[in-house]
Amino acid sequence: MDLSKASFWGYKRENGRVGVRNHVVILPVDDLSNAAAQAVANNIKGAIALPHPYGRLQFGADLDLHFRTLIGTGCNPNVAAVVVICIEDGWAKKVADGISATGKPVSYFGIEQHGDHDTILRASKAAKEYVQWASELRREERPLKDLWVSTKCGESDTTSGCGANQTVGNAFDKLYPHGVTLVFGETTELTGGEHLVAARCRNDEVRKKFQFMFDRYQDLVNRHKTSDLSDSQPTKGNILGGLTTIEEKALGNIQKIGRKCVVDGVLDKAEAPTGPGLWFMDSSSAAAEMVTLLAAAGFAVHLFPTGQGNVIGNPILPVIKLSANPRTVRTMSEHIDVDVSGLLRREMSPDEAGDKLLECMFRTANGRLTAAEALGHREFVLTRLYESA
Amino acid sequence: MIHFVVHDEGDSVGVVVVEGVKAGEELTGWIMDQDKEIRFKAISDIPIGHKLAIKELKNNDTVIKYGVDIGRTVAPIEPGEHAHVHNIKTKRW
Repeated sequence: MDLSKASFWGYKRENGRVGVRNHVVILPVDDLSNAAAQAVANNIKGAIALPHPYGRLQFGADLDLHFRTLIGTGCNPNVAAVVVICIEDGWAKKVADGISATGKPVSYFGIEQHGDHDTILRASKAAKEYVQWASELRREERPLKDLWVSTKCGESDTTSGCGANQTVGNAFDKLYPHGVTLVFGETTELTGGEHLVAARCRNDEVRKKFQFMFDRYQDLVNRHKTSDLSDSQPTKGNILGGLTTIEEKALGNIQKIGRKCVVDGVLDKAEAPTGPGLWFMDSSSAAAEMVTLLAAAGFAVHLFPTGQGNVIGNPILPVIKLSANPRTVRTMSEHIDVDVSGLLRREMSPDEAGDKLLECMFRTANGRLTAAEALGHREFVLTRLYESA
Repeated sequence: MIHFVVHDEGDSVGVVVVEGVKAGEELTGWIMDQDKEIRFKAISDIPIGHKLAIKELKNNDTVIKYGVDIGRTVAPIEPGEHAHVHNIKTKRW
């Protein structure tokens, strides 16, 4: 596929970033605000609430990550406008101020001294204005380089490494030379292949940062492990699918970064990249956690290879699923956007599979709903670093 | 018809990509990186996605896939035999 003149139709936001969805988000800062946020989203058609279980008595780096994830989610270009709700005004304002730096419309509401009823009324009025305003925004044609593309795989099996992950790798190799912003992560799922990622880093500085994050995560695993992490890494599903060791899983995982892309930089969790190229994000390998972090970092479309059939979606980041496992494609067809099982029958070349995925990526960017969107998968899962105070 | 794929010709295992492979079946494999075909007889039933050995492995041998170390054997494995958690373990963690 010649991508030299490729373009897509997206929503250009106030800060220049381009989104492929046009959500009005009702964002609770804490668990206590979920009920009000969900009531507002129920009142106002076209608004979407993002309930989650955290936000009270967190502190230090864990609290920083909480704010970075919520603010980043609001800043994502797939979001047109945001209503922030919090138990009190102070942190509501903090999150709203972080999002309003993008120039997009944001309002915030605290529940204390008002109660749910009054908060829901006030927030619903703001949400109604935003939904009507957003409904008149129009897509415009934008160059490919304006698209930020993320990847993370899930419920992998051996067909992931030789099929679906390689297909993402082929697509990444084609996108990279055109100045697209790309990301991968899953720190523990590089175990056994970390030397291959280190060798792909742009320079020693990037390599050192990557190695630091990799070693830090290994220390965490070693501190808390109860055995060899069997049943968690690889998971029961991975093992059922034929993956035997973390090393084998990691080597399959790494296929997603292709053969030509260079790792240009390293990101902390939910941190936004500062330029085009391929970025590594230090992250959990749990699907919903990592996709939530990628959405918070500003990515607009996600490529998700699966072997045994992970069903994940995200509320604001369209998740495109591909599989090369013929049994998964047959038994879970409603979840699969791109069937690349022909690869393993030698009926399709890796190049053809990569093009098929890219074609679906452009259609998704232009507005076609993914299987996960149509099925209502909106997993929004915040990463915690440690216990609350 | 392809029954199993191998990433690299130096690998010690291949991946079954069709359902219902039974012991005694003659299998055709595709080595992806070198684009070659090889043939093996399955000596176990092997589910789709699971591995078969394509080299003779002794106990405590290193298992190679993608041309890289993916763990060690904890039992000898014959060519054509099912290779998985019962006879291969991680070297990490």
